[in-house]
Amino acid sequence: MDQAQIQARQRARAKVMGVLLGAFAILVFAISIVKMTGKG
Amino acid sequence: MNNSAWRTLAETMTTATMNPSLMSTADWRDFLALTKPRVMTLVVFTGLCGMLAAPGHIHPVLGFTAILCIALGAGAAAALNQWIEADSDGLMKRTANRPLPAGRMERQSALHFGVGLSFFSVILMGLALNWFAAAILAVSILFYVFVYTLWLKPRTAQNIVIGGAAGAFPPVIGWAAVTGDVSALPIALFCLIFFWTPPHFWALALYVRPDYAAAGIPMLPVVAGERETRRQIWGYTAIMAVAAFAPVLLGLTGPLYGTVAVVATLIFAVLAFRVFSSLELDTRNMKAERALFRYSILYLFILFGAVVADRWMFA
Repeated sequence: MDQAQIQARQRARAKVMGVLLGAFAILVFAISIVKMTGKG
Repeated sequence: MNNSAWRTLAETMTTATMNPSLMSTADWRDFLALTKPRVMTLVVFTGLCGMLAAPGHIHPVLGFTAILCIALGAGAAAALNQWIEADSDGLMKRTANRPLPAGRMERQSALHFGVGLSFFSVILMGLALNWFAAAILAVSILFYVFVYTLWLKPRTAQNIVIGGAAGAFPPVIGWAAVTGDVSALPIALFCLIFFWTPPHFWALALYVRPDYAAAGIPMLPVVAGERETRRQIWGYTAIMAVAAFAPVLLGLTGPLYGTVAVVATLIFAVLAFRVFSSLELDTRNMKAERALFRYSILYLFILFGAVVADRWMFA
């Protein structure tokens, strides 16, 4: 596997990780709202 | 941090970036494959049904979080399973292309991923739902990794009988996420999956027996032979049928589930009898075994769907 391939995979992993972290932040926000409004 | 320390850190990072042996080369799809997504669909579905059958209301956001935690916990257990079994997976045709045996991922990455995901799923379940559900989730992960994968699987032909408990936890976790406790119905659903696992898994084991033999895994067909495996599939199908009828016999579900359970279990029994009475020895021609394995998955989907429909209509 050459350097370019490895870096392409790293970039793809970083993008997926970014999306997942964003989704997690939204989930934590939503859970917090539900808990604070007493609906949970 | 002084200048020389910064330089050392920069050199280390540069070396790691330039030297492929020091960084993960795995694709994100390999991490996804590590979680066994196809197995996860059944786990998620049974967990969801346990949650939907439970009395009481759960906010959709929290319900989604509970199912997410169950899925992540199952994925974590699968990743740790593959980390442990990387060598034997490489010896089996069915599993040789998994990320670790195929050499697409470093073992350490799989270990870190599995452990991290385990903690993440349990802690998120505890903080968002309740710590009782989180504790059951933790027990299910630990059971799968330590009791099934490390202890039973390499030692006894009864590995999947006891180890099947690991896959039976999701409806209990789903129920506990809503109610904070466990009652008769989730225990009945646990028993259903527990007794469903042997005929389901041994049907597969019959036609992938050469793989298991090559890897030295003492699955029942390898250790006790095909005839004994067929006999035990039939025996466990009878016990599974009792477990399938238990919810309606105990008054935990109504006539809808009862009717579906009778029809679906009858079909299961017919397919299991075909396996029991088959004399086929060539794994390539084992059509009855493949049919039972495929139907057994559909069977669990049907029964759990019926539990939810029944509870919504009659509870």
